[in-house]
Amino acid sequence: MSTKQKVGWAVVSVLVLFYALFPVASILMTSFKTPADLTSGKFLPTQWVGENYSSIFVGQARDLFVPSLINSIGICLIATAIAVVLATLCAYAIARLDFPGKKMILTVALAVSMFPVVSIVTPLFNLWRQIGLYDTWPGLIIPYLSLTLPISIWTLTAFFQQIPWDLERAAQVDGATTWQAFRKVIVPLALPGVFTTAIIAFFIAWNDFVYGIGLTSTEAARPVPAALAFFTGASQFEDPAGAISAAAIVVTIPVVLLVLLFQRQIVSGLTQGAVKG
Amino acid sequence: MSTVVNPNAPGTGPREAAPAPVTGRRSAKPVMSDRARSERKLGWMLAGPAFIMMLLVTMYPILQALWDSLFSFRLTAPGEKEFVFLGNYATVLTDQVFWRDLWITVLITIVTVVVELVLGFALALVMNNAIRNTRGLLRTAILVPYGIITVVSAFAWFYAFDITTGYINNWFSWLPGIGPDFNWFASQWPALFVIMASEIWKTTPFISLLLLSGLAQVPSEYTEAARVDGATWWQRMSRVILPNMKAAIMVAVVFRALDAFRIFDNIFIMTQGQYGTETLSLLAYRTSIGRLEIGLGSAISVILFVCVLLIAFIAIKVFKVDLAGAGKGR
Repeated sequence: MSTKQKVGWAVVSVLVLFYALFPVASILMTSFKTPADLTSGKFLPTQWVGENYSSIFVGQARDLFVPSLINSIGICLIATAIAVVLATLCAYAIARLDFPGKKMILTVALAVSMFPVVSIVTPLFNLWRQIGLYDTWPGLIIPYLSLTLPISIWTLTAFFQQIPWDLERAAQVDGATTWQAFRKVIVPLALPGVFTTAIIAFFIAWNDFVYGIGLTSTEAARPVPAALAFFTGASQFEDPAGAISAAAIVVTIPVVLLVLLFQRQIVSGLTQGAVKG
Repeated sequence: MSTVVNPNAPGTGPREAAPAPVTGRRSAKPVMSDRARSERKLGWMLAGPAFIMMLLVTMYPILQALWDSLFSFRLTAPGEKEFVFLGNYATVLTDQVFWRDLWITVLITIVTVVVELVLGFALALVMNNAIRNTRGLLRTAILVPYGIITVVSAFAWFYAFDITTGYINNWFSWLPGIGPDFNWFASQWPALFVIMASEIWKTTPFISLLLLSGLAQVPSEYTEAARVDGATWWQRMSRVILPNMKAAIMVAVVFRALDAFRIFDNIFIMTQGQYGTETLSLLAYRTSIGRLEIGLGSAISVILFVCVLLIAFIAIKVFKVDLAGAGKGR
């Protein structure tokens, strides 16, 4: 490759990195600004402070942020776990067994993933209030399944269809029991797919906002994205921008870490689930 | 579909076992072997719970919304619940606010999808042709916007442009019309511009990854043959690569269009739908959960749902996108 081409690629790469990371850098900088700096009109803080972070963990914004962080982690993990278990069984059946209605299940999953969340939240708002699920963990976990289940079924089906299932029989021929063949041959092949699906499903639940603000009213169940929108209402802050930015950075870190660690799997999971043929 | 076994519930599996051979004989098929029959039963036992769960969490609420939409029903005055049949729909469809919001929703959908398609394709080309040691880095970076919460991205863009906390006015003050006093969120077009920019930033990576996998599926012999025959870069692109990626492009467009049509988070954060930036999702939310007009809000929810169905239907019929094609490739 010529020097000119190398320089060209370097420029292009820098542009792409800038595109992908600039807004993140922007909110990161805001999170380190002092209240006075927030209105300076500058990108970088003139004075770097950690007081925004201390305010959300031990300071005056603690009661808004910490409970919602716990809610988000708990609710998203449970919704992901339920979705992945159900979707694993479902995808195994679709990839492995011959039964009528397979295509219908995949079509329904697709239709559900296209559902406008707002159309679901209105009736649920009313129903949850009547049966006491409003502002509770199960009251969010159940609707979150409408987000996590369809994508889990699609990505897992795509993964499972690529597993060479004949290996299982080969192991049995070699003297393994059915269970041994399944555990020693199929499980190691399937596990990466299940794991990737769990990460993608978790991302999607973690991202939810409409259910979060529509079906909760207090810190009993309110997840982080909804809580961020309510920071503004807490009038004890001079300007909530710093605290919101710090909270935004805190909830972004786990996502970025997962992306960095499992970038290859996430890309293959996303594209296999969505594009076939 | 020649469905013989009623695929409704896994619970009905065992009871179904007896009549199954009868229906099998009536449809003049060879009698199913025990093995095939038990496989069907097992299939539905494993797939059934997920299937039923999906129906419960979506079908039930939408049917409830359909029912609620026929009543004049406000939570603040529960005693006055009254059957009005299609009255709510008439109210909504004759309201100028509804048509303005529908137009804004359609506008946002079209602009973002077109820009994302172009930008996403450019990014896909870069990732596809990048030298080995930068490819991984670029792909990781491109995943960051995908992983970030929409609300966080909305705040990042909001604070950058906001009149008190922003630095954009400072940076671009040399442009005509932009100065320290320019408030992006106080009028329709500037606000829509920032909203769409944040939406595009956040979701282009998804389109670009889909297009990248589409690019990978174009047989390299085709592009090589075109190159040998002396086709220019542009000819190879328009005659060989793009036609071969049609499926991937269509799927990307349909997924994104359906997603963009439901836009909510970033508008809620940035303008709360003020200054003519309200979309159908926000209107539905504001009517039902904000003003507790359950009947009217349900009608808007149903209309929104029908719009999404319509887009999906058009996509499948007109563009012949086989969205559920994965089922056959066993």
